[in-house]
Parts: sequence; structure tokens; C-alpha cells
Amino acid sequence: MPSRPSAGAGRGQRRPDDTKLALLFIFPAVIGLVLFYFWPLVRGIWLSFTSWDLLSPERFVGFDNYTRMFADPVFWNAIWVTLEYVVLNIGIQTVVALVIALLMQRLTQSTLVRGLILAPYLVSNVVAALVFFWILDFQLGIGNQLLEWVGLDRIGFFTTEEWAIPTIAAVNVWRHMGYTALLIFAGLQAIPQNLYEVARVDGASELRQFTGITLPLLRPILGLVLIISVIGSFQVFDTVSVTTSGGPVNASRVLQVYIYENAFAQFNFGYASALSVAMLAILVVVTFFQYRITRAGQTDLN
Amino acid sequence: MTQLDGPSTIAAPVAADPDGGRRTPPVQQRTGRKVSIGRIVAWVAMGILLLITIFPFYWMLRTALSSNGALYANSSSLLPADFSWGGFERVFGLQTVDEAIEQGGSGAKIDFWRYLINSAIVATVITVFQVFFSALAAYAFARLRWRGRDLVFGVFLLSLMVPVIFTLLPNFLLVKQLGLIDTLLGIILPSMFMAPFAIFFLRQFFLNVPLEVEEAALVDGASKIRVFFNLIIPMSAAPIATISILTYMTAWNDYFWPLMVSYTDDSRVLTVALGSFRAQSPQGGPDWAGLMAATLIAALPMILLFAVFAKRIVNSIGFSGIK
Repeated sequence: MPSRPSAGAGRGQRRPDDTKLALLFIFPAVIGLVLFYFWPLVRGIWLSFTSWDLLSPERFVGFDNYTRMFADPVFWNAIWVTLEYVVLNIGIQTVVALVIALLMQRLTQSTLVRGLILAPYLVSNVVAALVFFWILDFQLGIGNQLLEWVGLDRIGFFTTEEWAIPTIAAVNVWRHMGYTALLIFAGLQAIPQNLYEVARVDGASELRQFTGITLPLLRPILGLVLIISVIGSFQVFDTVSVTTSGGPVNASRVLQVYIYENAFAQFNFGYASALSVAMLAILVVVTFFQYRITRAGQTDLN
Repeated sequence: MTQLDGPSTIAAPVAADPDGGRRTPPVQQRTGRKVSIGRIVAWVAMGILLLITIFPFYWMLRTALSSNGALYANSSSLLPADFSWGGFERVFGLQTVDEAIEQGGSGAKIDFWRYLINSAIVATVITVFQVFFSALAAYAFARLRWRGRDLVFGVFLLSLMVPVIFTLLPNFLLVKQLGLIDTLLGIILPSMFMAPFAIFFLRQFFLNVPLEVEEAALVDGASKIRVFFNLIIPMSAAPIATISILTYMTAWNDYFWPLMVSYTDDSRVLTVALGSFRAQSPQGGPDWAGLMAATLIAALPMILLFAVFAKRIVNSIGFSGIK
């Protein structure tokens, strides 16, 4: 057994002698990594240069898929719709989560409150989407009843072009705001309390304390939270798929939905792969810029 | 969610309550009324946010226990409209086709028991294998000494950067080549070997197990395999439980990947079944009661899991959520 030498060398500096055991231990994980992370990455990029309908063998077509993509109005529409979704989703979610986190910090540390606020995160996107599909139904939804009671017009939340994306963004804010709030809350807990005491002695107002202490010290955490949630937000699919399936017309056809349709409705795997590469490129660029912004935030902390 | 603990006892470093709120008289005397008005406003805001959070769950239940026909006449009462178990009966296939259609169902054959069992199998198998294999790898990265360890770990780090979504199409093709389309194994396979996050999460805890404990066992002649199974795993029971719960939830709630792989009842999991249940609306409007009964069934296991492990889940967020 590979363990024999290490037991013998127990007294002195241990030599790097666990290689066999280590290979055994990482073997399953390496299979998973190669087969389901790196191989798909390579294969996905390769497929984007082919034309393939799954039936006949794939055929190399060079940059055809990409030239088609750049000329495809539905693709550009999907990019804009996705961006609109991300901006709305992340914008609202971050503000609401920050408010919840600050309220929790001020009012209560109770696990009950934190648990309740986290509850939506536990159910799937599909469940969240369907519940709001019902609540916001034009005729019978309690949401629209409420609008009527306060004297407003009913809104076709999932059925009108201008409301589809904001509604879907809001549904996902509902599901994720508690989770994000708890992340920010953890960041708030790490801020030394004596800073606030000093500020209060100096007569700083609540607002001044928030902009002078809380926000700058929270920036690195907020940056990390933003990176995680923006990347997740770009990959929106479930909610759109079960509620509007991209409609009305193309109003909520986000990039993921368009990719899925190309692959599984039109069996155009080559083109779908090219669209996926575009998504990958967007995510790489976004992550890169976010990291830079977060880094910059970290330096002015000290 | 009845088993949640009261005031939290986590070791959060909040010695002084900044606002002088809970039972700290000195500060309250100083700013007296102003603070308490502020706190009332804050509590009201918190209450509204909690209401927004919780209300949809109640509305799910209320609708599921209504009879579908009555929902049209009575769409806003807070209590179930014409109380009925019909929604649940339809979802579990306990009604005859005629009964179902009469009560507003589609009459299509649906059997949520089947989907419930499929979901449970998928989530359980993924959790057991993924956590075990990830723990093995995490231990190799944390405590074993071997050439190239940091390099390989770096490569695993890179895999976190690969958006899951990008791997789905090629993975679908691979699973298809393996002949596993429309099988539970096909859904399970890509997630069962590891998850980068689980490896990092567990490695972090294994690094914190005191070296002396391990060395003492090694000097006593235990092999490293025994150390791992009899020492490291029991000592890390808490983080292993946490990551298992998180993995189970993720697997249970997944939709996009199972949607690609499963086509028939053989491999249909709850999330996918919900999606198609909604798509096959009967003539004359959706079967809302049935749909909400179905969503409730899909959500219930997670809610129960949460009720039991609330504290663990809530406290895991903060250091685990941020990698």
C-alpha cells in the first residue's frame, strides 16, 4: 500500500510520497473534470465551426455560423433582451438585498427572519415562475386584482412586450433577494462596530455613516456578490422557458432560449454552438471587467 | 418552517448593538423618540418585505386547495375558493379522465408520484456520489503530498470559470452518444463525479483539521485511507452535511439539463413535469388549482428539508456563498 513509506517517515520531514493514493483519490473528480467540463468546452468551440443536424455527420463550414450570427437580427435582439434583463434583475436585486441586509443588521439577528427571507431561494426557478404566472395572471391573478383595487389598470405582465422582461426580472429578484441579502449581511457583520461608535461620537448622521463607513467597507463583498449574481443572471432560461417561452414575439427571447430553440427545435447544433460561444465571450468580458472594478475597490479600502 | 430556532447563536462579532435597540437603555435615553420612530418604520419595511417573500407560498397553498371552477368566480378571497382536494387528486392521477376534465383539468395522464420518485432518485444519487468523490479529491488537495498538486488544483479552479450553460449542449451530445438519453443515469452522469465548488468548500475544511491529530494516527500505524475515512470524515461531518444539503437542493431544482435529456415519463423529473403540465392547458383556461398543487408538491420536499436544517443552511451562506 502506498501508505507504508509515509508511516515510516513519520518522524522527520515527510517526503512527497502520497502520489499513488492521491491519483486514486482524484481519479473520479478528474474524470468529471475532463469529460464534463473541458471536453465540452473544446467540443463546443469546434461545433461552432460546423453544420450539424445530428442525423448526417457534422461538416466543417469555417466561419459561416459566425457570419450568419452577426447578420441575424434575432441574435442581436436576444443580446439586447438579455442585457435588459440583467440590468433590471441585478439593479433591483442588489438594492433590495442591501436594504434587507441593513434592516436585518439594525433590527434582528434572528434565524427565523433570515430563514423566512431565504425561503424563496429554496424552491426551483420553475416553481417561482409558475406561482407568479398565476399571481400575475391578467384575469384571475391576485396581483392584477390588487392593481384594480388601488384604481390602476390591469397589466398583462407576461403577455405584453414591454412588461415581459421586467416581470421575469422581478420574479427572479423575488427568488434571489434573500440569498443575496444574506451574503451582504455577512459582509456587514465583518465591519468593526467601533467605527460606527466613533462616527456617532463625532456627530455623523445615519446617512453619513452609511456613505462613509458601510458602503466603502462593503465594496469588496458587494463586488463579489455582483460577479456571482451577474454571471448567474446572464444564464437566465428556466423562468422564460416556462412562462413566455420567449414571447410575445421576441420580447423575452433571451440568448439561452434562442440557443435552446436552435438546438432542440431546429436541430441546428452548429449554429446553436456558435451562439453559445458568443455567450461564453460575453461572460468572459463581463467577468474580466468586474474583477478589475472589484480590484480597484479593494485598494481604496486600506 | 416551524422548527426554526429563535434568536441566533452564531458567533457573529456584534458585541454592541449599533442602534441601541434591543434592551440597551443608555443609547435609547440619548436619542429617545427619534430612534424608536425610525425602528418602527424599519420594522414596517421589514414586515412588507417578509410579506412579499412569504405571500406567494400561501397563495400556492390557497389555490391548490380551491376547486378550479370556483377560482373564476372568487379570485381574491384569502381562503380557498370552494375547498377541494381535486387539484391534488388530478396531479396524482387519482381522478378519472372525465372527472378531471369536468373539474377543469386537461385529462392528460399525469402521475406526479412517478416524477417525485424520479426527482428523489436523481437528487439522491447525485448528492451521494458528488459529495463523496469531491471529498476524496478535496482531501488529496488538502493533505496528501504529491507532485503537481498545486498545478492540478489550479486546473480545477479554472473549471469554475467555465459557465455551466456552455457545457450543456456538448454534454447532451456526449450523453446521446452513450445512449443515455431519456434515462435517469443520463441526467445524473455529468454531475455525479464532482462539483468544483464542493471540492473547494471541503478542501477549506480539511485544511483546518489539526495536523497533529492526523499525524498521531499515522504514527499509530493507520494508513492514510483509514485516516480519511475514520478521522477526517467524522471530524468534518458538519461541512459535509452542509454541502450535501446544498447539492441536493441544486439537483432537485435543476431544470435546463433534465429538460434536454428527458422525453418520456421514464426519466421525467418534477421540474420538467411542471413545465409541461403548464404547457398542456385544457381548453377554456389553465387548471390553476392542479398547477398550484403540482408546484406545491415540487416545493414541499425543499421546504421540509429547510425546516429541519434551516440553521445550518442559513449559517452556511456568507462564507460558502462567496468562494
